[in-house]
Amino acid sequence: MSDLVSMTLAEARDALAAKAISSRELTGAFVAAIAAARPLNAFITETAEQALAMADASDRRRAAGKAGALEGLPLAIKDLFCTAGTRTTAASKILGDFIPPYESTVTQNLWNAGAVMLGKTNLDEFAMGSSNETSAFAPVVNPWRARNSNARLVPGGSSGGSSAAVAADLCLAATGTDTGGSIRQPAAVTGTVGLKPTYGRCSRWGIVAFASSLDQAGPMTKTVKDAAILLTSMASVDPRDSTSVETPVPDYEKLMQGPIKGLRVGIPKEYRLDGMASDVAALWDKAAGWLKAQGAEIVEVSLPHTQYALPTYYIVAPAEASSNLARYDGVRFGYRAANPHDITDLYERSRGEGFGAEVQRRILIGTYVLSAGYYDAYYSRAQKLRTLIKRDFDAAFERCDVLLTPSTPGPAFALGAKTADPLEMYLQDVFTVTVNLAGLPGISVPGGLSENGLPLGLQLIGKAFDEGTLLRAAAAVETAADFKHKPAKWWTA
Amino acid sequence: MSVDKDTVRRIAKLARLAVPEARLAPMADELNGIFKWVEMLGEVNIEGVPGMTSVVAQKLKWRQDEVTDGGNADALMANAPGGEEHFFTVPKVVE
Repeated sequence: MSDLVSMTLAEARDALAAKAISSRELTGAFVAAIAAARPLNAFITETAEQALAMADASDRRRAAGKAGALEGLPLAIKDLFCTAGTRTTAASKILGDFIPPYESTVTQNLWNAGAVMLGKTNLDEFAMGSSNETSAFAPVVNPWRARNSNARLVPGGSSGGSSAAVAADLCLAATGTDTGGSIRQPAAVTGTVGLKPTYGRCSRWGIVAFASSLDQAGPMTKTVKDAAILLTSMASVDPRDSTSVETPVPDYEKLMQGPIKGLRVGIPKEYRLDGMASDVAALWDKAAGWLKAQGAEIVEVSLPHTQYALPTYYIVAPAEASSNLARYDGVRFGYRAANPHDITDLYERSRGEGFGAEVQRRILIGTYVLSAGYYDAYYSRAQKLRTLIKRDFDAAFERCDVLLTPSTPGPAFALGAKTADPLEMYLQDVFTVTVNLAGLPGISVPGGLSENGLPLGLQLIGKAFDEGTLLRAAAAVETAADFKHKPAKWWTA
Repeated sequence: MSVDKDTVRRIAKLARLAVPEARLAPMADELNGIFKWVEMLGEVNIEGVPGMTSVVAQKLKWRQDEVTDGGNADALMANAPGGEEHFFTVPKVVE
């Protein structure tokens, strides 16, 4: 059965279409793989029975000649997407028993296309984190280990359960969400592909909100082609999300075809940080060479406000989070403190007991920067910085078609290595966060191994709604990198 | 600007978040570390720069003002802690 689980989404799709395998067989193989991989803690909720029932229904649809674009393909869903009748926790105690009566638009699109749900993957609480260690359901363990080491490493975050599940062959592909790097960073440190689409491409309806002007759902996959296939089904124009953009969804699998001859690839000079890890810098240079060899033109560009992106993000995102998370009050849904003596006590203790430390920290930051007397100094200034950051990209994209950067400052790190200092954790997103602030699409592709034998990712950034060109460039990097490494399956031993 | 224990207590009150007394001082230290870092934004000239209100060029959508959903009281109450019939319950508010 190991052949079944190591297939790509495209391979499985074609094998199902050729009736070489059934969805039942394929889904059964993943259910078994998930049961054998519990030491990774990639899933908060496994839905094996439902998965097998969905697979049977899919096989019947196929037999009746009614196969959808993702017919019979088993996927893992980040536990931030509401799934009707299946517990959706956002990895928080405050939503620990929440069973949504409705389905998110993105997941509904997937089921409409025939996909099968294997379960809900672990994440940082409310998607706030870069290591999965803020989850109220215990951290995920990265399937990868450094050379000659048994140390447990983080799978990145916040979509760390999804990245680990894809890397460990526990699903064909997974969904993620990305507010400051939460798809691309975990993809980078697990040797997988992660795509954050343009803001507005995937509906946010039914996704537990973190920072509404930055949040965007996207695919996490084994290949760039798989990302194109999954995005085509995830994306839609949704009247239920006022920021869902009224642009028809193209067939990204078709759009990504073709050579990159003449493509202008920008290298932003500000991303070459002082003290950058030598293996990260070397891989970046090598990747520029790969694209040049395929006929691309390499141009140096400048994004002068890059260094201000992270501090801007740490005002804007907590500000939005503090208002989004105001809804958790212990009254209408979610955790409720026992024996409140009045209404304020009910609110304060439900929230104090229900939210974890990082979420509380961000609610306090957000409340502070929006409070009277501080709004102009912090929030209003950050909104202006955001305009400047977006203008940087607008200017750069007059001279190039895509940008090439590293995805992360380094490879996966050990559990507990960065939990003492919030700032050190925040720096994980230094290369990814600019993209969210500017609303652009970005993708991380496995590029090679670090000095200690762990995956390193390369990030490509595209123009708004130009995912086609972005995927085409990413495929060129993927082909040249020829990343065939897989983690040893130590967890099944 | 520096945040002290009393400021943390005040913003925790605004956020309706119970922060134990023993956590106030450590939280102030954590927040100060972050606010100190954020201060670098002060060095940028933002004269005449408009604040970003929309990250993609799109007008906010309009729709007909009509009922498109509703009548789901049972579903709405399904997750209510301590909800009774079709009522959310809270501690007594009016004496």
